[in-house]
Amino acid sequence: MKKLKSNKFRKYLPLYLMLIPGAVYLIINNYLPMMGLALAFKDVDYSVGFLNSPWAGLDNFKYLFSSSDAFIMFRNTILYNLAFIILGNLLGIIVAIALDSLRNKFLKRFSQVVILIPYLLSTVIVSYVVYAFLSGNNGFVNNTILPMLGLEGINWYNEAGYWPVILVVVYLWMMFGYNSILYYSTVIGIDKSYYEAAVVDGAGVWDQIRYITLPLLKPTIITLVLLAVGKICYTDFGLFYQVPLNSGLLYDTTQTIDTYVYRGLLEFNDLGRSTAAGFLQSVLGFICIMIANTVVNKIDKDSALF
Amino acid sequence: MINNSKSFKFVMNILVILLTLVCIIPFLLLIMSSVTSEDALALNGYSLIPAEFSFAAYEYLASNVGDILHAYLMSFVITGVGTVVSLTLTLLFAYPLSHKDLPGRKAISFFLFFTMLFNGGFVPTYLVYTNLFHITDTLAAMIVPYLLMNAFYVIMMRSYLSTSIPTEVLESARMDGANELQVLGKIVIPMAKPMLATIGLMTAIVYWNNWTNGVYFLQIRRDLYGIQNYLNAVMTNVSFLQSHSELANQMPLPSISIRMALAVIAVIPILAAYPFFQKFFVKGITVGSVKG
Repeated sequence: MKKLKSNKFRKYLPLYLMLIPGAVYLIINNYLPMMGLALAFKDVDYSVGFLNSPWAGLDNFKYLFSSSDAFIMFRNTILYNLAFIILGNLLGIIVAIALDSLRNKFLKRFSQVVILIPYLLSTVIVSYVVYAFLSGNNGFVNNTILPMLGLEGINWYNEAGYWPVILVVVYLWMMFGYNSILYYSTVIGIDKSYYEAAVVDGAGVWDQIRYITLPLLKPTIITLVLLAVGKICYTDFGLFYQVPLNSGLLYDTTQTIDTYVYRGLLEFNDLGRSTAAGFLQSVLGFICIMIANTVVNKIDKDSALF
Repeated sequence: MINNSKSFKFVMNILVILLTLVCIIPFLLLIMSSVTSEDALALNGYSLIPAEFSFAAYEYLASNVGDILHAYLMSFVITGVGTVVSLTLTLLFAYPLSHKDLPGRKAISFFLFFTMLFNGGFVPTYLVYTNLFHITDTLAAMIVPYLLMNAFYVIMMRSYLSTSIPTEVLESARMDGANELQVLGKIVIPMAKPMLATIGLMTAIVYWNNWTNGVYFLQIRRDLYGIQNYLNAVMTNVSFLQSHSELANQMPLPSISIRMALAVIAVIPILAAYPFFQKFFVKGITVGSVKG
């Protein structure tokens, strides 16, 4: 018996050894920071170190919610994500159906290549592109588009009111190709005989979309939407920090939890609020993803994360 | 669908053409602005049709090529090392997990998978790397935090290995006296090539485009900047000077056409390579996002 056990151990030992580098990385990159969440309940004093800093109960959270910052960043994070989810998926579905309906082989092929290009770019490059359009003195919008409409130039980087629209447009520009290709890969998998049968019954294009394409896309739509809802507390740091060029005048409409936590730690040296906001983000994020997954599991078991 | 409506066909064609243009025009604007003379830019702003052509921006870059080439080179080093190490970690973690009989497999999978559900967020991660591992201003800062292993790719690789490599093949190799590393090198890696290529490509793009690690973890070592951080630093200076115009004379800034030329040369490698990896890229997107 003992011999058998040691044989088994010898057989699997090399496999366990292979797991070590990855496991060490996960501990450093993921598990140690999870324990660091406890800092949200501490009054961190750098001179005595993190472990010896006194506990502060809920002081950091009270402090966080004593300013309007907390409301603004949570509102922005959730509203932007809702807009991204709704418009991003809608546009993706429309483009997927449009791609599928094209008969011109060249256009079909070429557009599929081109619409993914914005997704390939770093947000730094995207910030340059946006700047070329919106720069106050030299921007394409102020110098070419607005004069054509007979309008005055606008100081885009100083006016918070325009940014909800700008950021949603920039997001859609970056992501619509990705969403479209995802939906398109489902659309081209639909059995052509469904459509043929529908046409025999006199169905027009809209009937085919409504009664065949959309119902068959439903599992993909539900999965993508719910997975996005699971990440509703997180935003792309680059989009909200770098694209508005970190302009303080725009915080009202560009501040999200991610930019707030970053600024709190590295720009304003406000560790208490930063850790409190980060703690809420992690916990709410976990709750959202668990709920989303439970719902996906009920609707379409194969698409669930677990 | 079967499309017999002329007007529908027309609208869809127009829509796709418009969206294709929407993806191309911003690049045209970048390129055209970079070859416009500084005077014309000051007068008309960035424009799709330059009033006056000038290659001064590129001449300037060519004469000050040192910094840019260095940043380029760093981007290639970071991307190359990062991708190779990342693929190694991913494969080494996925391969044991693809053995259905491995004792403790469930617990190990959960250990991996839980990182997708819950994370400590920015502050604790930052403090672990800077205070515990003193990663600030090292090359490792550009490669290790956040990017080295993605649980999602490990799961993709594990599923690929367990469905595409028959257990009998592995067993018979072991019978012939091959040790696990030989099995991995001689059988698993050759058979996993398509998945390695897909994950490797997605990882390489992430490394090439990453600039946040440089912002978080590089404070004085600007020589470790990749091209993205170099561009980011230029843009940060520009916006800083716009809000502090009194300092503008003390800090020489690249002119507006030079800035656009910089963006153009940062995009070129990825656009030049894109047609060749487009197929893998689409596969990476479609395999990766809906099903793990």
